[in-house]
Amino acid sequence: MPHDHDHPHTVLPSDPALRVKALETLLIEKGLINPATLDEIIDTYENKIGPKNGAAVVAKAWSNPAFHNALMTDATRAVSELGFYGRQGEHVTAVENTPETHNMIVCTLCSCYPWPLLGIPPAWYKSDAYRARAVREPRKVLAEFGVTLPEGQSVKVWDSTAEMRYLVIPMRPSGSEGLSEQNLTALVTRDSMVGTGLALLP
Amino acid sequence: MTRVHDIGGRFGDGAILPDAADADVFDYDWHAKALAVTLAVGALGQWNLDISRHSRERLSPKDYTRFSYYEKWMSALADLMVENGVVTLEELESAVSSGGSPLADKCFQPETVAPALAKGGPVDRTGPIPLFAVGQSVHTIPNAENANVQGGHTRLPAYAANRAGRIIASHGCHVFPDSNAHGFGEDPKPLYSVAFKVADLWAHPENPLDEVILDLWEPYMVALDG
Repeated sequence: MPHDHDHPHTVLPSDPALRVKALETLLIEKGLINPATLDEIIDTYENKIGPKNGAAVVAKAWSNPAFHNALMTDATRAVSELGFYGRQGEHVTAVENTPETHNMIVCTLCSCYPWPLLGIPPAWYKSDAYRARAVREPRKVLAEFGVTLPEGQSVKVWDSTAEMRYLVIPMRPSGSEGLSEQNLTALVTRDSMVGTGLALLP
Repeated sequence: MTRVHDIGGRFGDGAILPDAADADVFDYDWHAKALAVTLAVGALGQWNLDISRHSRERLSPKDYTRFSYYEKWMSALADLMVENGVVTLEELESAVSSGGSPLADKCFQPETVAPALAKGGPVDRTGPIPLFAVGQSVHTIPNAENANVQGGHTRLPAYAANRAGRIIASHGCHVFPDSNAHGFGEDPKPLYSVAFKVADLWAHPENPLDEVILDLWEPYMVALDG
């Protein structure tokens, strides 16, 4: 096993953009990666897989009691049936906010996140500050997102230490009673599904 | 003692900087490339997810701390590629290929991206019957360390070691990262969601109502009587 002083990565250029370019060029020359594949992966996570998937799940759970029940019973199966199964979302649990309990997701050890439902995690989710603090002082963290919870509402912080991925089902906002499932999706923000935000008011 | 990535509960990191709701998925083009290269090389099948995570954790504390997120990915990938013979150290140093790779026939092709991402890599397996029941009180092992490999991969964070918790869900058996990251096979173990009261984790809990829940494999815990 390499020691700290002789990790192979230390021979790469120090500028990160050049480092990636150097690896990419070498790997293409060796026939190990195809540039069109890289473009396809990037297009997938920039344009096809993102928080709109999770928002569709939440809006359906708000609108459809049978789906809500299925989601809370076996979220992996329920989201799969909507086409949202896949890499980094092979095992899913939905956790639902109530007036008594607010849920919030973190990965203190790395950056585990439900990719098929929310896409690639934002920089703050992967930051040292969020990883370090979310488990110890979730209410101060929430305040930095502009969220203040009542003292009597408990916080459950889910640290994603295994391959179970969590989706927060935010509380349905008041005044949204007459909205269609389609219109409800616009109220469901990415942060509300990580638990660092609330659903928007209509 | 754990490694540099194990930062849950750490003091001194400062404020969190939320992004705009309409922020780009990738802040820089090279971030997108770093992710795509990592996935494409991973698809060659020369290592598993746990080995890949451990390669990031094995970065020296100095590098882990100064590197941005995707720099960690690139550096860990470079280390893994050399260790597994995907490229040579000389090729990395010179950035010149010494010839085509025998792995080239495994190259991840664009038409395979969507089906491969949709297929994922589930880690639930058949395995031993779980010892613990939902509702049972448990105590985590004293040290957040791999039982068999010094400095090896584990998913028990230091802040949750040697603490009392309660099983709130049982997930059947999942691949055990402590084994799978070190070539000892998948060795599936029962996995549970375990709730810890914040007063049992922290000297200065924010609100006694709050809990932290972790997904922990059975070897990380012993039963508490009563």
